[in-house]
Amino acid sequence: MNYTQSEIWLIIGIMAVGTFAIRFSFLGLIGAGAIHPLIERMLRFTPVAVLPGMVAPLVLWPTSAGGEPTLWHFMAAAAALGVAYKTRKVVWGMLAGCAIFFGPLIIGLL
Amino acid sequence: MTVATTKSAYWAGVRDGLPFIVMVVPFALLFGVVGIEAGLSMAQTMSFSVLVIAGASQFAALQLMLENAAIGFVLLAALAVNLRMAMYSAALAPHLGAAPFWQRALVGYLNFDQSYMASIAKYEDNPQMTLPAKVAYFLGVALVISPLWCVFTYIGARLGATVPADIEIAFILPIAFLSMVAPMLKSLAHVAAAFVSLIVAISLAGLPAGSGLLIAAVCAMLTGVVVETWMERAKR
Repeated sequence: MNYTQSEIWLIIGIMAVGTFAIRFSFLGLIGAGAIHPLIERMLRFTPVAVLPGMVAPLVLWPTSAGGEPTLWHFMAAAAALGVAYKTRKVVWGMLAGCAIFFGPLIIGLL
Repeated sequence: MTVATTKSAYWAGVRDGLPFIVMVVPFALLFGVVGIEAGLSMAQTMSFSVLVIAGASQFAALQLMLENAAIGFVLLAALAVNLRMAMYSAALAPHLGAAPFWQRALVGYLNFDQSYMASIAKYEDNPQMTLPAKVAYFLGVALVISPLWCVFTYIGARLGATVPADIEIAFILPIAFLSMVAPMLKSLAHVAAAFVSLIVAISLAGLPAGSGLLIAAVCAMLTGVVVETWMERAKR
């Protein structure tokens, strides 16, 4: 890393201010004011529109496997998704996914 | 609105925030270790976690800094990773927009994936929730996670190179996010939106960090609205 100390602080400072501005944006600007009904309808899909796209590359091309798809990563992801969908509880999905993913690692270590 | 129900909303948030500890702790540790190894000082590593408080963008910035990228490019790429949170902010506005300014500012500072996802799911399942209860619930989730993010960054930074940075642990992230999204697949419209998000994000994976995801998210939201409208028409 070839940055001066002040350059590093500049990066941290601008990232902090910029990230806050992004997160506060609509909460700050709009306040209690109305959002267009169509935009509001779109926004109700935000979680299901963001999360699948965010995780898909991580599952398909896991860095720990050198960026190659593996059945192991895929099965752990499917277990998390399937169990959380059936039970409607986040925590059961996480446990199922972790069991499939870390189970073989732990047994392998014993 | 009584104080008691606001308090119970806060504690419900705390309880729902607990499962996320298993994803926050290893990532915070990892950031501390990697930050120090990359050559940041303790104060700089901690400032990242306390002031920026956005894991994915912190790792993105660090990666580019290790490659000695131009400062403008580091900032652009790292902030692009966070742009999805503008959508979170807009989605929270109808629920929390009437809160006092300082509360909205605090929610803005703590508006990250886990606090947003847990809260929006709670608000949608409980439409009768009052404004103070909604704010309290959000802060309950966020204040379980954010102190741990900072504390474990510190521990990671202190341990530094003494711990091997095991990258297998990173797969907790997709497992946790998939567990979060699955209970939100409430209708055909939601499933269609998720599917479009998946396909578009994979097709655009080659674009610079964060930009493919933004396009995928907008396509997915439009798909959700279109399918929902179509379903409502089919019912009549």
